[in-house]
Amino acid sequence: MTHTQKRILINNIVMFLSTLSAVIGIGFLLWILSVLVINGLDALSMIIFTNEGAPPGNDNGGLKHALIGQLMLVSYAALFGVPLGVLAGTYLSEYGLKSKLSETIRDISDIMMSAPSIVIGAFVYAIVVSPMGHFSGWAGSIALTIIMIPIILRTTDDMLQLVPSTLREAAFALGAPKYKVIIQIVYRGAKAGILTGVLLGVARVAGETAPLLFTSFNDNFLNMDMNQPMASLTVTMYNYATSPYEDWQKLGWAAAFILSMFILSLNIFGRLFLLKKKNK
Amino acid sequence: MSSIVDKIFANTTKLIAFGVLLLVAWIFVVLFEHSVESIKAFGFTFITEDKWAPNVEKFGALPAIYGSVVSTFLAMMLAVPVAIGIAIFLSEIAHAKLKAPVGISIELLAAIPSVIYGMWGLFYFVPIIRDTFGGIGISMLTAGIILSIMILPFMAAVTRDAMNTTPDILKESAYALGGTKWDVIKDIIIPYAKAGIIGSFILALGRAIGETMAVTFVMGNVHKISVDLTEPATSIPVTLANEFAEADSALYYSSLFELSLFLLVISFTIISVAKFYFLRRKRIA
Repeated sequence: MTHTQKRILINNIVMFLSTLSAVIGIGFLLWILSVLVINGLDALSMIIFTNEGAPPGNDNGGLKHALIGQLMLVSYAALFGVPLGVLAGTYLSEYGLKSKLSETIRDISDIMMSAPSIVIGAFVYAIVVSPMGHFSGWAGSIALTIIMIPIILRTTDDMLQLVPSTLREAAFALGAPKYKVIIQIVYRGAKAGILTGVLLGVARVAGETAPLLFTSFNDNFLNMDMNQPMASLTVTMYNYATSPYEDWQKLGWAAAFILSMFILSLNIFGRLFLLKKKNK
Repeated sequence: MSSIVDKIFANTTKLIAFGVLLLVAWIFVVLFEHSVESIKAFGFTFITEDKWAPNVEKFGALPAIYGSVVSTFLAMMLAVPVAIGIAIFLSEIAHAKLKAPVGISIELLAAIPSVIYGMWGLFYFVPIIRDTFGGIGISMLTAGIILSIMILPFMAAVTRDAMNTTPDILKESAYALGGTKWDVIKDIIIPYAKAGIIGSFILALGRAIGETMAVTFVMGNVHKISVDLTEPATSIPVTLANEFAEADSALYYSSLFELSLFLLVISFTIISVAKFYFLRRKRIA
């Protein structure tokens, strides 16, 4: 075998192995997705949306309590997390620029985005649940807020920096004060990007389970009082899936399906906003 | 008037931005404060003692640490080669028409919550492990495999991004000299993007070690060090997820807080190494 033939052979082997691993990897992921869709659609029915949790054995159980609980936990988290994240990001991009403080905040936020979320749960347990004496929806929302802030902060920072400085200069030249320039020019220019960041941030915290296990805990019935333990889709999914009852497991799949579809569509919408922006 | 508003706006944003730093510092302080009791009681033996027995107030974290290390190691061993394969496929092999849809699906899969990977593992993978390797199927091995599948999309996406930083002109020059795709990968792309690729793996490692839900379903939370991978085991996040809500004594809580602190410090360190040492200038992740 000549040297060239050998190189081509090795090349073909590597190409084959790479393609194979891509097929294997993607195959696994498709497997998970199809299991999710098949079991989810099978478990989906109107009862899911109209009924609360029920004891195992009667087929009346629904997920209304978990859906509403999840919505409240995530909405409050967004209510706190979005403004805080956007304002902090504004500081980095508009005031702090490349200062040491800004760079440190950027780095720490990057790290926090990958840090274990269960630790945030432990922290919130210590500062909220323990002093209050009981689990609560607020504790869950606070944990999610803490997870959300660095994500929103970093995307806002990145997106505001994309706004051309000539726009800012033009506004300054007209005599506008800085806060007006930021709110009326910079925010407007970066609207799509900020919105994408918000969508991705919400999508990320909506799938969090670990930090809710011992903050908002769980409830098998509808509760809309944020001072009380509150059901979430994720914790309900965990409890139902690990239970020995078939009808509960089925509800677990329904929850998994609804949650993943919600998160996937947020991600897809987020990307579309950015694409639309780019094509303009 | 507007200069006052201007100052208020500027200072509010600064305060909040600075608050993020304070918050992170506060997390460390609070976790440490709550660990003090356990640190006093066990000292360094906390991480060398292999007995975790809440009923007699004895807490040794070695089995959880061992489980975290082994399951993450298994996951990395399985995921790294496949992630490299996918990254090579996406950056060099796939036809342009295939690149975008496959790439985007992989990124979307990285967004699926880990609790779903865990649930899938419990219902579909545990039986396979049980039938193939014996045991009850809830095991260290299952946890390692599920963990590898869960971090695969993230790892593949960042590795691909790292490989894509290689300037086309370098690759084209190599092809012009008659290099095969493999020649270009091993002599151009890998040397050029080495730091980024290693950084991606370490970043994925940092995520895997703190991952909770994907493994909680399938690991069993058994505080026992076993060389047999088909035995149930535990890891730091698995212990926290299972025991935090039901701990019943001050020392028990304190030990769990010490575990949290330990986990935070470890993953903080790993992620910092990835970010600052390997991914610093490229900012790819």
